[in-house]
Amino acid sequence: MTATLTPRNAVVAALLVLLALLPVYAALTGNTFALSLFTRIVIFAIAAVSLNLVMGFGGMVSFGHAVYLGIGGYVVGILAKEGIGSGFVQWPLALVVSGVFALAVGALSLRTRGVYFIMITLAFAQMAFYVASGLERYGGDDGLTIYKRSTFAGALDLSNKTLFYYLCLVLLLAVIWLVRRLVDSRFGLVIQGVRSNERRMRAIGFSTFRYKLVCFVISGVLCGLAGVLLANHTDFVSPAIMQWTRSGDLIVMAVLGGMGTVMGPVIGAVTLLVLEEALSRVTEYWPIILGPLILLVVLYARGGIDGLLTRLNRG
Amino acid sequence: MLYFIEQCLNGVQLGMLLFLLAAGLTLVFGIMDLVNLAHGSLYMIGAYFAATFAALTGSFVAGAALALIATLVVGMAVEVIAIRRLYGRDHLDHVLGTFGLILFFNELVRLIWGPAGMTLPLPSEMLTAVQVLPGIYYPLYRLVIILVTLAVAALLYVLVMRTRIGMLIRAGASNREMVSALGVNIQLLFTLVFGLGAALAGFAGLMQAPILTVQIGMGENILILAFVVIIIGGIGSVRGAFVASVFVGLVDTIGRAFLPDLLRTMLSENAAATLAPALSSMMIYMLMAAVLVVRPEGLFPASSR
Repeated sequence: MTATLTPRNAVVAALLVLLALLPVYAALTGNTFALSLFTRIVIFAIAAVSLNLVMGFGGMVSFGHAVYLGIGGYVVGILAKEGIGSGFVQWPLALVVSGVFALAVGALSLRTRGVYFIMITLAFAQMAFYVASGLERYGGDDGLTIYKRSTFAGALDLSNKTLFYYLCLVLLLAVIWLVRRLVDSRFGLVIQGVRSNERRMRAIGFSTFRYKLVCFVISGVLCGLAGVLLANHTDFVSPAIMQWTRSGDLIVMAVLGGMGTVMGPVIGAVTLLVLEEALSRVTEYWPIILGPLILLVVLYARGGIDGLLTRLNRG
Repeated sequence: MLYFIEQCLNGVQLGMLLFLLAAGLTLVFGIMDLVNLAHGSLYMIGAYFAATFAALTGSFVAGAALALIATLVVGMAVEVIAIRRLYGRDHLDHVLGTFGLILFFNELVRLIWGPAGMTLPLPSEMLTAVQVLPGIYYPLYRLVIILVTLAVAALLYVLVMRTRIGMLIRAGASNREMVSALGVNIQLLFTLVFGLGAALAGFAGLMQAPILTVQIGMGENILILAFVVIIIGGIGSVRGAFVASVFVGLVDTIGRAFLPDLLRTMLSENAAATLAPALSSMMIYMLMAAVLVVRPEGLFPASSR
């Protein structure tokens, strides 16, 4: 990829600079709310990028990706309640559990395609939602307060808000880098080939099911990481973390930003969450504006913001 | 045993409710190839209309009839304004566009009716229980729901299989270009079918309203159950939706009623109390997974409709 200064690249670069400098702004103005909001945005950007790996590049529309936020969050919450506070245990275990769940869901739902796949991923996520609501020991519907964030043997103090923000940002960049490498690899090319024409890919000898399943599991693990961060950020986890509307929000982020590129969902996450924040200051009934706005994006702005910027470049 | 029969009836009643929702979803999907998440919003709106009109007119039946017409009109209006533009697009676009509609409708209802829920009181003659079998009493209203829904299902069958409009609907499902080339106003037909689906959802909502509270978001959890139903039944098949509805309703109700006792006989009291709520809510999803393993296209794939 040659790095020329197109409008799109300028926006992406500006966005990254903004994200990098935000804690400086927050420290100078004492605006801790902005820091908290953007920590949330960065975490959701990780989730949206992970969703985009299956949805944008693999053509598998998962309508249940919030479930991995929930799994990551609940592993941290449950271990913390049981007295295991070490991040060296919590984090890898959260990623493994997310991966195993993704493997099970993927193995079942990838037998189908299209609209079946959308509904089945939604249904399994809803199942996890009800199971979490039924966990009386871990707060049931009301959720579970996490009294102590993950500890890393004194090496990282996650309760330092600025440090935690930068940790999330570094992880976001790492996830972007990983997804980009994956997409450009042979594996990624096969996945994109499956999106365009699965039958043809099978005909030339690829076991497409296995490729799709591995892609689905990687995406689940990355989204589980976002769940771990989210639980540490809010110091709280409840079934609401994996409510189905949350899965819808993640899809909106990916589509709004643009599914065709790795950076699109990051732009989408920033746009959607900042827009929600801004609209909620205008009116208490902000979804009444956001809903039709989403519909308009679907109808008239295919390719999302990223696509609009690219078109701007072409003139 | 008495308890078991009562739970079976509850299961059938839940199944009937699911059928009303699933039938609309599956018709709209089968004919317009459209995934409509906002179907649950129409269910909610039906319930709100019924509560409002019943309070205005003072009569449950008049309120229900007005609510049904109003939901039909809202459904057709939504089709003309928004849904029509989504035909022929990607399923992802349907999901997102109708997701936007859900946000809109939930907030609109909050704006009009306020955040508190409403109740729809039953007429006093419905409050009795009738003897369905010697020694078994069952609330009359729930029995009425079962019977009325069965009648609606029969009407739907006649409409789709035995009338001219039903013939056009079936023809539109198999080849819409050909139907429109033969001079049928396919756009109008689609609006009618969407309105029919909306009316069925609204009907489900208003029938259920006296049993539950009418509240914002009431349609969403039941919508996902309806999705499970049409996955099991086979998307696009009304017959599959009927069989799967009853199946899912029975499994869910009976699972919730008897699984805790069953677990208690096998596990310690404590473990059973922890596991039962989680496990019984997983039942229908495990059923769905099992069906998928055996028949990924559902029990009645649409091609054999």
